[in-house]
Formats: sequence, C-alpha cells, structure tokens
Amino acid sequence: MVALTPTAPADPVTPLVPEKAPSAPLRRRADRPRVWRGFVLGLAGLYFLVPLAASFVFTVHTPGQGISFQAYTGILGAEGFTDSLLLSLGLAAATIALVLLLAVPALVAVRLGAPKLRPLVEVVCMLPLVVPPIALVTGMGTVLRWGPEHLSRTPLYQTFLAVQNESFPLVLVLAYTVMALPFVYRSLDAGLRAVDVPTLVEAARNCGANWPQVIGRVVLPNLRTSLAGAAFLTLALVLGEFTIAALLGFQPFAVWIVTVSGSQARMSVAVSILSLLITWALLLLLSRAGNGSRSVGSVPAAAPASSKES
Amino acid sequence: MSVTLPSSTRTAGGVRRRRRGPGSGLAVLPLLLFTGLCFGLPFGAVLYGAVTRTDATTGGSSLTGEHVRRSLQGPYLDSLAGSVQLSGLTAVIGSLAGLFIAQAVVTSRRQWLRSATLTASGVLANFGGVPLAFAFIATAGISGVLTQLADLDSLGWNLYSFTGLSVVYLYFLTPLMVLTIVPALDGLRPQWREAAQNTGASTWQYWRMVGLPVLAPSLLGGFVLLFGSAFAAHATAAALVGGSVPLVTLKIADALSGNVLVGQENVALALSLDMILIAGLVMAVYLPLQRRSARWLR
Repeated sequence: MVALTPTAPADPVTPLVPEKAPSAPLRRRADRPRVWRGFVLGLAGLYFLVPLAASFVFTVHTPGQGISFQAYTGILGAEGFTDSLLLSLGLAAATIALVLLLAVPALVAVRLGAPKLRPLVEVVCMLPLVVPPIALVTGMGTVLRWGPEHLSRTPLYQTFLAVQNESFPLVLVLAYTVMALPFVYRSLDAGLRAVDVPTLVEAARNCGANWPQVIGRVVLPNLRTSLAGAAFLTLALVLGEFTIAALLGFQPFAVWIVTVSGSQARMSVAVSILSLLITWALLLLLSRAGNGSRSVGSVPAAAPASSKES
Repeated sequence: MSVTLPSSTRTAGGVRRRRRGPGSGLAVLPLLLFTGLCFGLPFGAVLYGAVTRTDATTGGSSLTGEHVRRSLQGPYLDSLAGSVQLSGLTAVIGSLAGLFIAQAVVTSRRQWLRSATLTASGVLANFGGVPLAFAFIATAGISGVLTQLADLDSLGWNLYSFTGLSVVYLYFLTPLMVLTIVPALDGLRPQWREAAQNTGASTWQYWRMVGLPVLAPSLLGGFVLLFGSAFAAHATAAALVGGSVPLVTLKIADALSGNVLVGQENVALALSLDMILIAGLVMAVYLPLQRRSARWLR
C-alpha cells in the first residue's frame, strides 16, 4: 500500500524496487494498520458518542415513568429562557460588530500601508490568550470597583454605571471583544494572507474606484470566508461564555443553564444537547459558505477549545 | 501597462505607502485604544493589586509581597498544584489520543471518514464549558444513564473527582489535538516512508528517525495548547465539581464572590497573577513552536 502511493515528482528510485518480492510483507503490513485503525477509531467513537447518546436518553427517559419529551417541549416556556437567550444573542451581535469594526480596518491598514505596525498589532491581538478569562474578570471587577470608590463625584461614574446596565451589560461586550480578538485576528490574517490585497486595491483604484468602493466591493467580498469564520467563532464564544458573566453577576444563556439545573436537571441537559446541535449547524453553514472542504478543518482549528471553555 | 511586473508593483506600493502612511496608522488606533482600555487596564489592576496593600486608615498604598506569598501557601498552593497536575495529565493523554486518532484518519483512504472526523473535532473542541459538564452529569453522574446501566458506583467511579474531571476534560482536549496535529501528519510525505523502507528501515526506525523529529514541534505545540486550555478552564469545573477538587480557577472564583473572608480579594489578584505567569510561559513556548511547525503545513 505504501509503495503504491502516487509520487508527484518523478522519483527515479521507486521503479528500481523489485515489484514482486516485497508484495507479501507489504500486504501483511497493510492488514495490521487496518485492525489498529479500527480499534483506535472504534474506541474514540465510543468515548465521544456514548455521552451524547446517554445525555439524550437521560432527557427523554425517566426510570419507572417511561419516555417523555417534556424536557424539550418545556424549554420555550421555561422562566428566563427567552430573556437569557435574547440577551446572549444581543451580546453576541454587539461583540461581533465591535470586534470586526476594530480588527478589520486595523488589519487591512497593516497590509496596505503600515507594515511597520504589523508586529505591534499581532502582539496586541494575541496577548489576551495569555490572560485566562478568570484573571481578566478579576481585573475587570477591580477596575469596576474603582467607580463607586474613587470616581463617584466625576462624570466617569455615570459611565461606570452605564456599562453595568442590567438589561444590556456593555461591560460583557467589552470583555468578550477582548477574548475574541485572538481568534478574529487569526481568521482575518489567514484570509488576508490568501489574497493579494495591495494588487487588488491597486487594480480597483486604476479602474477608478473610490476608497469606500474599494473596501466594500473589492476587499471585504474577498474576505467573506474569514469574516464569516470570525463571526462564527465570536458567536460560539459569547453563547457559551460562563465565567465572566457569572462572576460579574449577569445572567446570559450559559449562566441561566446552571441556574435552572438545580430544579430542572433534565431540561438543563436538553438545552446542552440543543446547544451542541446549534454549534454543529453553524459550523456546517460556515463550511458551506467557505470555498470547498478546506474551511471545515481550518476554521475551527483556529479556535482553541478555550474559546468556549471559559 | 496591463502587465504589472513585480518591480513596478513594489514601486507603486512604495509610493502609496508614503502617501497613505498617516491614514493607515489612524485605522490601527481604535484597536490600540480599545485594548489599552479594556485589556491593559484590568491587566494593570491585577498586577497593581497583587503587589500592593492599601492602608485602611490613611488610604495610601504600599508595595508588599505578602499577597503573592500567601497565594503560594497552604490551600492556594494546593489549588495551583492541582490545576497544573490536572492540566499536565490531561494534556499528555489528550495529545497521545489525538495523535493516534489523527494518524488513523490520515492513513485511511476514506475521504468521508476524514472530513467527518475533522468536522466532529471542530465541534467537540468547542463543546466545552457548562453544556459539557451537564452532558457528563447525565451520563456518568450519580444518577447518570451509564452509571445505572454499568453499575459504575460499584467500580469505584466518581465523576466529581480528579479522575472524573480528567475524563471530562479529555472530551474537548482530544479533538483539539486532532485539529492541531492533522495538518502536521499531512505534512509527512509518503515518499519519506517509502525512502526509509527502501533503505531497509523498520517502521519503528522510520518513526524514531524521520516521523517524530518532523512532528516534534507540532506535538509539543499541541501539548502546550492543551495544557493552556485545561489550565484556564473554569466553567466545566465550576458546573461539575464545585469545590471538591482543588483548582486555582475555582479558588479565584470563590474569593471573588465573597465566599471567603473579607480582604481576600488581593490574594485572588495574586492568584490571577500566578495564572497569568504560567499561561504566559505556556504561550511563550507555544507561539514560536506554532510558527516553526507551520513549515510543514504547506
């Protein structure tokens, strides 16, 4: 099997190998990996599928009472579900808008006219990876406490109150934007690397396009896949984020699941399964939006699990 | 005119750069201002709070190493050690398991298996946090389906323990390793193996002298990435074990939500600083390695 691999450049060594002699040992070698491969993949399949299957069984089957889909049908009517989900979606939309507004101009500018700033932008965008979310929220909590302690007589105090508004906590948007920066940077950087932006811009300018047209009709459409990737990663991050919201005392989606789990264990598991399915659907949509199958592997690869596990 | 030579492109780029220099700088400014305010300020607050003490009567503050010292003693040190142990163990197991799964997928000729595994890995690597904890509670918790079916209790199984937490963490760490290592395994050219076989090398010799040295940066980079992810994880542990396993993230959360004595905030800040230092060390290893392994990603 191995020696039969098609070789891209003409390889003068391969034809010299006698064709018949190694065929028997080769076949034996090819059999062994098949058994080994089946074992590894089977074991992995068990480990990854059993919890999903068991969770589903847990939500629909109550020992002694039979099967019921109550856990799923009850979700929509559950207290706090719509509020927390809408809050999370709103926060996600605001975060996506803010992080793209900050990152896209900066990265395009670095490509086009300010390459000297590139290392600075890269470091600034990657630094949040070094600070775990729990450390970030410790720092943010400390800064927020300065408001009542030191600034109560200044107009800044109103700002501090405004960002902590219960109905739409802007402070979470700011924190999520910081956390999303590394992933957005990687996604956009990969997209920009794939197209020759200076040449595209030059061509568009030569054709008489003005700057808004260049950005809106030439640069951004070429970045479609990576923009979608960045937006998806940010959405997944915000929907699953627990630590910062819980410690600052707000109740978006992930915090709500934990709150409801005390009284309705089945429903919290049902919501967990649904959130996995939604992530899966989003990922498939994203890979469709991208060109071909490459993005399936490459986009989530840019997102360490820490993006959601926070 | 229509054919642009490389040299003329460069000249044109140079002209444009000179003309648009200041404008381009302006586009970077909002990003720098934002990170300075929303990242730099909290970061500075952690740093400042960890090494200073505020006098209650005068309101003045003075430098002190006390908080950092306390964060490295007693239960706090235990929690740091617990986090490092858990992250180290799960990163080792996750790296190995991920490597084997990735190798099995890469050597398989079935294209659907490969794309299915990669898609599943992409989803599962992001399936962390609270939902994962609940899925495992439903599976292997006290009244979990698997616990009842296989009578895990009698086997001494306890989900809310160090072992249980490791099993849960591997659920998102292993797919992460698969995603990290598949491009590197793709970079191993089949021709190298053929060349090794034709020169009489055994499979083991091939791996020891060709395969593993080429994979080493990616493997180490993946390990470090897994370690960092496990180390920073809080939501899964918080939803799963509460306080029964000593982890530094749980200790910080406790201190922040006032579950401990007043005046512990600064110790929480010091613990955060310890975490940042460890995570910083991890990233200082990971980022150069990632760049190095990118050589094989073509």
